[in-house]
Amino acid sequence: MSSREEILGRVRAALHRNAGNAAAAREVMMAALANRRPGPQPAVASEPRALLERFRLKSEQASSTVDIVASDAEVPADIAKYLAAMKLPTTAVAWASLAALDWAGAGLKVETRGARDADLVGITGCFCAVAETGTLMMTSSPDTPAAVSLLPETHIAVVRAARIVPYMEDAWNLARAELGSLPRAVNFISGPSRTGDIEQTIVLGAHGPYRVHLVIVEG
Amino acid sequence: MEIKSMRFKANSEASLANVVLQGNLKNAKGKFVTKRAEAIKEIDDFEGTRDAAAAIRNKVIDNLDLWLERFETRAQETGATVMWARDGAEVCRLVTEIARKHGVTKVTKSKSMLSEEAGLNQALEAAGIQPVETDLGEYILQVNDNEPPSHIIAPAVHKSLDDVADLFHKVHGTPRKTEIPALTREAREVLRGHFLTAEMGLSGGNFLIAETGSVALVTNEGNGRMVTTMPKVHVVITGIEKVIPTLEDLSTLMRLLPRSATGQSISNYFSILTGVKKPEEHDGPEHLYFVLVDSGRADVVGGEFHEMLRCIRCGACMNHCPVYQTIGGHAYGWVYPGPMGSVLTPLYAGIENSIDLPHAATLCNQCGVVCPVKIPLPDLLRKLREKQTEAGLRPLTERIGLRVWAWVAQRPALYGLGARFGARYLKWLAGEDKSIRLLPTAPEWTRGRDFPAPQGKTFRELYAARQKSTKGSA
Repeated sequence: MSSREEILGRVRAALHRNAGNAAAAREVMMAALANRRPGPQPAVASEPRALLERFRLKSEQASSTVDIVASDAEVPADIAKYLAAMKLPTTAVAWASLAALDWAGAGLKVETRGARDADLVGITGCFCAVAETGTLMMTSSPDTPAAVSLLPETHIAVVRAARIVPYMEDAWNLARAELGSLPRAVNFISGPSRTGDIEQTIVLGAHGPYRVHLVIVEG
Repeated sequence: MEIKSMRFKANSEASLANVVLQGNLKNAKGKFVTKRAEAIKEIDDFEGTRDAAAAIRNKVIDNLDLWLERFETRAQETGATVMWARDGAEVCRLVTEIARKHGVTKVTKSKSMLSEEAGLNQALEAAGIQPVETDLGEYILQVNDNEPPSHIIAPAVHKSLDDVADLFHKVHGTPRKTEIPALTREAREVLRGHFLTAEMGLSGGNFLIAETGSVALVTNEGNGRMVTTMPKVHVVITGIEKVIPTLEDLSTLMRLLPRSATGQSISNYFSILTGVKKPEEHDGPEHLYFVLVDSGRADVVGGEFHEMLRCIRCGACMNHCPVYQTIGGHAYGWVYPGPMGSVLTPLYAGIENSIDLPHAATLCNQCGVVCPVKIPLPDLLRKLREKQTEAGLRPLTERIGLRVWAWVAQRPALYGLGARFGARYLKWLAGEDKSIRLLPTAPEWTRGRDFPAPQGKTFRELYAARQKSTKGSA
């Protein structure tokens, strides 16, 4: 007997499975799968300004820095200002979806491609953002490779204010509506990578970025 | 992993006598407890959320066969291969075969307690494949001669900064560093090279999602993302009980898991991985395997310990356990320490191999109170004690003692007399100190503390006197 059959057989025997109760149990299962009702959620105000403020506050609590700009056109200059203030390089790798911005005009050299180990700054957008926990939702695709938010020591993300949703459950509904099925990787990111494995002392920059900077675009 | 739970008493005595370990444990326990208490305040309806989480886990476990088939079908539709392993030996065989098939020479690993159960690292090494632990805590232990973890969330919690400084200096051959950020940076630089060159990434799975055929992975360091993004092969090893229905259910459980584990509102990274990379994508594995492991779990389904299968491995029970806080994780002798370990080890590694574990608890129910999925841990420990007694596994003196006690307790007059005599005897033994320095019948108990002596009359005497006086005044 295969391991699969043996394991499932033991589970079935333990649950007294037979054709009769299988049909009923399957119906319960299908109902559970179709159920899109969220469980208990903490209160999050859904008015746009309040969502943005909550997202900003929670992101800062997770050790990210946050700037707010009025339009896409202001994004490159804000990032250039941040990199200069942090004494970081002006060369970066970015998602192809951000190729249209005028990076050169802000004095930045930005290549749109997958990330390499030597890249020090990675610039991404995000699929949406969750206000409850100050979290970015990244969905992988050829234009939005996962490693750009992972390999570089500095991760900068452009977040559209209109894409800030109250809860993770809202993010799933957006993904179902806009993407149909889930992409290979959905990565939720809340601040820079960290570890507390030595004496429970939190250190930023374990294997991923040391710092995360968010540029929220209001327009 | 070798089962050393039979040596619980000797292990815990050694832990109690270890001054460095006692310091490290004391340092850690406050942080875990305080941070969790702060984090759960953010949840308006914490009890309601716990109830919802327990219901989600029950829904699957009550019909686990159907949910497993459902998950398997969905995962296969996404392009993943689903395999099944009866035990640790089969896990080792399957993973080694996968590695050989894809010409793998190095495997980077994100934390997987099941691979500890199976002793997978040793099996890979024997097959000439290099396993590299990438969770900082697990890495510290691996380079320290494959030392076992002492906590499921913070594997190296028993190690001090000095321990790690000495170890890295020795293993990496670098100047000795004394700052935690510098040590973390050193590990990052060593491990980055491994992330980029390993052909296979291996992870556990926090949850398997039946709706989408995905695995959910929770990490803070980003190593979980690395091992599932950079290598061409990704293998997920999880227990068969890890299935949950939908993404909404995942969101509910994620409100509890990081808060209960590390006191965070959410972990830094939380990945939902579905299928393999498309040809035009820049990163992600070309091959995805799920190894669904039984290792004793199927025998727990539908039985009197089935509630244990709800466990989401947060570690809150051990963080709040006065016994764990005092002796640390190694004393428990297998993969899982603390209250959840004292239930799981007898169930998965054999009740006869872990005689003392169900007794390594004060039944204070701190674990039951903090458990995010409401597992009645003290009840399960008590049931295991009953099982041991039924199976004749307890020492003869204890069995006779309990039988004598039961006989006396069923005879109220005799019991009253015995209690009166006992109380007077203990009071006499204490003399003027009102506490006993050495109990003749239980010298172990008084080795670390004094036994408070009963003062005055027994409860039954006081109750009788009170009944009399109430009647008199009526």
